[in-house]
Amino acid sequence: MSKVLEGLYYSNEHEWVRLEGDVGYIGISDHAQEALGDIVYVDPGAEGAVLAKGDTAAVLESVKAASDVYTPVSGTVTAVNSELINAPERINQDAYGNYIFAVKLSDLSELSGLMDASAYEAFCQGEH
Amino acid sequence: MEGKKTPLYEEHIKAGGKMVDFCSWLLPIQYPAGIVKEHIHTRTAVSLFDVSHMGEILVEGPGAYDFVQYLVTNDISKIKDGRAVYSPFCYENGTCVDDLLVYPYLNGNILLVVNAANVEKDYAWISKNAPEGVSVKNVSDQWAQLALQGPEAAKVMTACGMDEVNRLGFFGAGFYTFCGASCIISKTGYTGERGFEIYLPPEKAAEAWRLLLKKGAVPAGLGARDTLRFEACLPLYGHEISEEITPLEAGLQYFVKPEKNFIGRDAMLGKPNARKQIGLEFLGRGIPRAGFEVYVNGERAGYVTTGSPSPSTGKALALAIVEGDSPKDGDYTIMVRGKLEPAKIVSTPFYKKNK
Repeated sequence: MSKVLEGLYYSNEHEWVRLEGDVGYIGISDHAQEALGDIVYVDPGAEGAVLAKGDTAAVLESVKAASDVYTPVSGTVTAVNSELINAPERINQDAYGNYIFAVKLSDLSELSGLMDASAYEAFCQGEH
Repeated sequence: MEGKKTPLYEEHIKAGGKMVDFCSWLLPIQYPAGIVKEHIHTRTAVSLFDVSHMGEILVEGPGAYDFVQYLVTNDISKIKDGRAVYSPFCYENGTCVDDLLVYPYLNGNILLVVNAANVEKDYAWISKNAPEGVSVKNVSDQWAQLALQGPEAAKVMTACGMDEVNRLGFFGAGFYTFCGASCIISKTGYTGERGFEIYLPPEKAAEAWRLLLKKGAVPAGLGARDTLRFEACLPLYGHEISEEITPLEAGLQYFVKPEKNFIGRDAMLGKPNARKQIGLEFLGRGIPRAGFEVYVNGERAGYVTTGSPSPSTGKALALAIVEGDSPKDGDYTIMVRGKLEPAKIVSTPFYKKNK
């Protein structure tokens, strides 16, 4: 069973948001990293990018395919986890411990459209 | 998930296989170890692959040998010395129907082993072209197949009491008793490593699988099978060869013998402006994938036939089919996500075993 962490917001594209003030640190869930398999390449996106909810913020490549990472919230990218560029496997090893990019939220109300841990867990079960 | 199950299906589930639909077969793309670890394990130790989805076609009759010699592009005479022979085979226009292995069978008959994706098509083509007196049978459901691949493969066979197969030369093939059943074993494979392919009755497959694992092999899935063959630059039908690509365009000249007659010979040799295969090391962002466009000196030259990360080299690599006059020292780029990313020509195969 994949891990689902309490205290995070989850999107239906399997991203998580960890809120620190008005900055959301965003990564992909354990369910998502397991589905992707070995991640071999990460483009964590660019600092300063202005994104709308649902925009592609980053790109992951597994052995078999490319996978877009969408931002679940609108805002400006304040940081990207460039350590992942040389160590993409960290996402597989610890999906929640490795954010991919961080967004300063322009609209905190967007968070209410995301799922909490138990809703996300139910969502994952329903997908099968 | 819908799909045909091989005799090893329950074993894959037991081993934690991540099952996918492959040509309507349910097979593991990987096990919990993952594609990269399974790939590396095959190159450094020994892996076991379920390849029962492959097709087998039996060609019988006194005219079988001459017919197969005419059907395929390569010279099959080595089957008389107890060797399997690899060959593409073609339509009249010189493009590929499929590639296959030709095995010496019993009583001068011949067993052809073909790709899972093409079994029905190949069987129809081979039947259609067979002369009077030659019978062609699709015997795919009479055979399961395992591939034991890696430098430790010989040790595993010895541990199974099958040391005799270690005396086979490269591509050697013969009938052996394994797990109490009559099997065909050949020193062949699709990984670029030493190893064996074992053809056995389906009802014996699970027992053989469990024995080989007990004696040291580790299961590996389709994902690793693809990265391994790609590094060794072995063609995959639908990618490096297809109904639109001739064996010469795919870099398979070694397996085309123009001195003999075969279906598609004249068209293939007479093809004007034939394309060629190149190997590329990708130097840009992302991973090049099949179908991505290849440019040389800013002009479109062709496309990627297979692109992938390469676990053994640590690089992103691509095989591509390009215009025949594409300069070797040209400036190569690949279109990835709307941007032209840099690449450079490298020699193939990308990975070669130091024998």
